Amino acid sequence: MREITYAEAINEAMSEEMRQDDNIIFIGEDIGVYGGAFGVSRGMLEEFGEERVRDTPITELAITGAAVGAALTGLRPIAELMFSDFMTFAMDPLVNQAAKSRFQFGGQASVPMVLRTPGGSGTGAAEQHSQSLEAWVCHVPGLKVVIPSTPYDAKGLLKTAIRDNNPVVFIEQKLLYRTKGEVPEQGDDYTIPLGVADIKRAGKDLTIVTYGRMVQRSLEVAEIFASEDVDIEVIDIRSLVPLDKECLIQSAKKTGKVVIVHEACQTGGYGGELSSVIVDSEAFFYLDAPVKRVGGLDVPIPYNPGLEAQVVPTVDSISSAVRELL
Amino acid sequence: MLLFNAILSFDILNNYRYSYRSYGQFIVGSAMKITKAKHLDMYLKMVQTRRFEEKAAKLFVQGKVHGTAHFCIGEEATGIGVCSALENDDYILQTHRGHNQGIGKNMDINLMMAEFLGKETGYCKGKGGCMHIADFSKGSLGANGIVGGGIPLAVGAALSQKYKKKDNITVGFFGDGAANEGAFHESLNLASVWKLPVLFVCTNNYYGMSTHLSKSMNITDISIRAESYGIKGMAIDGNDILKIYEETTKAKKYVMKNGPMLMVLNTYRWMGHSKSDAQAYRTKEEVDEWKAKCPIKRYREYLLNEGIATENTLSELDKQAVQDIETAVEFAENSPEPRIENIFEDVYA
Repeated sequence: MREITYAEAINEAMSEEMRQDDNIIFIGEDIGVYGGAFGVSRGMLEEFGEERVRDTPITELAITGAAVGAALTGLRPIAELMFSDFMTFAMDPLVNQAAKSRFQFGGQASVPMVLRTPGGSGTGAAEQHSQSLEAWVCHVPGLKVVIPSTPYDAKGLLKTAIRDNNPVVFIEQKLLYRTKGEVPEQGDDYTIPLGVADIKRAGKDLTIVTYGRMVQRSLEVAEIFASEDVDIEVIDIRSLVPLDKECLIQSAKKTGKVVIVHEACQTGGYGGELSSVIVDSEAFFYLDAPVKRVGGLDVPIPYNPGLEAQVVPTVDSISSAVRELL
Repeated sequence: MLLFNAILSFDILNNYRYSYRSYGQFIVGSAMKITKAKHLDMYLKMVQTRRFEEKAAKLFVQGKVHGTAHFCIGEEATGIGVCSALENDDYILQTHRGHNQGIGKNMDINLMMAEFLGKETGYCKGKGGCMHIADFSKGSLGANGIVGGGIPLAVGAALSQKYKKKDNITVGFFGDGAANEGAFHESLNLASVWKLPVLFVCTNNYYGMSTHLSKSMNITDISIRAESYGIKGMAIDGNDILKIYEETTKAKKYVMKNGPMLMVLNTYRWMGHSKSDAQAYRTKEEVDEWKAKCPIKRYREYLLNEGIATENTLSELDKQAVQDIETAVEFAENSPEPRIENIFEDVYA
């Protein structure tokens, strides 16, 4: 199979969907001639024109609000926020409008929009451009939340998100944009349903539940332990809302040991929810040890590269957590 | 008498030149041709709105409603004047004080009342209440509990219309308070840059809850903000339904061709901000002055003076409005409560 980057996969997902549905428009800052701050939308302005690929002023509230209004009236907008940290500006349209419209209007409305935005640290962009804020949006009924970890997943999940009739927050990982992976040929119309986790590595001794950039790191840890004859299962939840609870529960029952890994700050992070899903279920009776969480330190993301690398889970810190349970 | 009131209000409340001019127009009659049927329709809707809210206030006192409501008594001309100039496929984004906007857009009063009482048969199945009433089939994309929350949505709806090359516009209603929200500024700017067919309508009732306009902005005419975004702005008398109707009719053509416009309607809410407002921030004299400028009374006198309708015709409409509201209450009270079994419906599509 051919290999393309995570950024190219996202571009292909949008472009293929836009080719087959004129109701899809794409709005955001510097997505046109510039091609997106991370180069994701290169070539799209040329193919689809200014009516469908619309550069905006620096106006995250209006970008998101306009996407909601367009979605309420028959379009299927994709809105891009240049960094997920800027969701702070977009919170009213996202939380009070997009997520509420269908329910508060008694089912009259639907809001088929995707808010694409990159999250995560590792680029030296420091405190205001490096956060992992997914827990904020997972807490709001009415929103769906997706974080892909591979080019294959990014393309398949984004196509599904675009076709979904609900507002989907699609958080990309900026450090993954240049990573490559196998993806079927263009035009091969595969999709991945939301709410289905992917077992990225099957194992029987311990389960790591993770998502986003930490999937790759968890797989590295699994390889290290494989050499010690410890067989680790790595589950990539892929969509946080809806969540494939059953996959987590079955894996926990099988291995009896669970480590949860995410880059976001540990306190209030989604890992707490993942842990609860397991311990609130019959899997509790199969556990040999407490469920262990490895999240980011409860600090803002610092600038200095040495510091930055150490405030999120590392191969060492994940390994230590695994070792504690063995 | 009307002219006297107009001059009085001009002096005392420093109302604006547009409003003075519109009074002049009111005295001589509207320049636009409006059919008798349209006149009577607008009149009936104003009275229905007034009776709807008076009844709603009573239901609160009787303890039949929980939650809150925001009444637009005194502001009826705004929503009804604007919406009467629109077609079904024109969109509106309503405010929390928007019963006049909904009735103006031909919403069903029975379903509005049922929603107000939180019933299963209401517009939102009892889940939204009157702060979130919507009727997508009539072009109402919903009232909004967030001050300014609907303004960027109006931009998006107008984007849809432009993209699909529709001969329709979107009206984004909001109040003077919302004109200080970031949403207002971002929305006017984006709509201007994209030349979208959106009419921003600011219902200026001079108070954001308790805070007077003079304490929330350092200008007296909100419409001058339009200039900053390179769009046309105008302020008119918000109690003059004919002027509002006429200007909206013109504005619709204008925004379809030229892009957005800001229309400020200067008016006044007679009641408190919500049901729990002691109104310590204003005097009875000020309220009484505005009550003397009742938009319904004024329109009624105009219709009589111009010979457009007889006393008898208007009295029949007055009676009909009372009956319509009684029917709506009966419908609502006899409607079932929503059931918790259905609570997960409509969280997701």
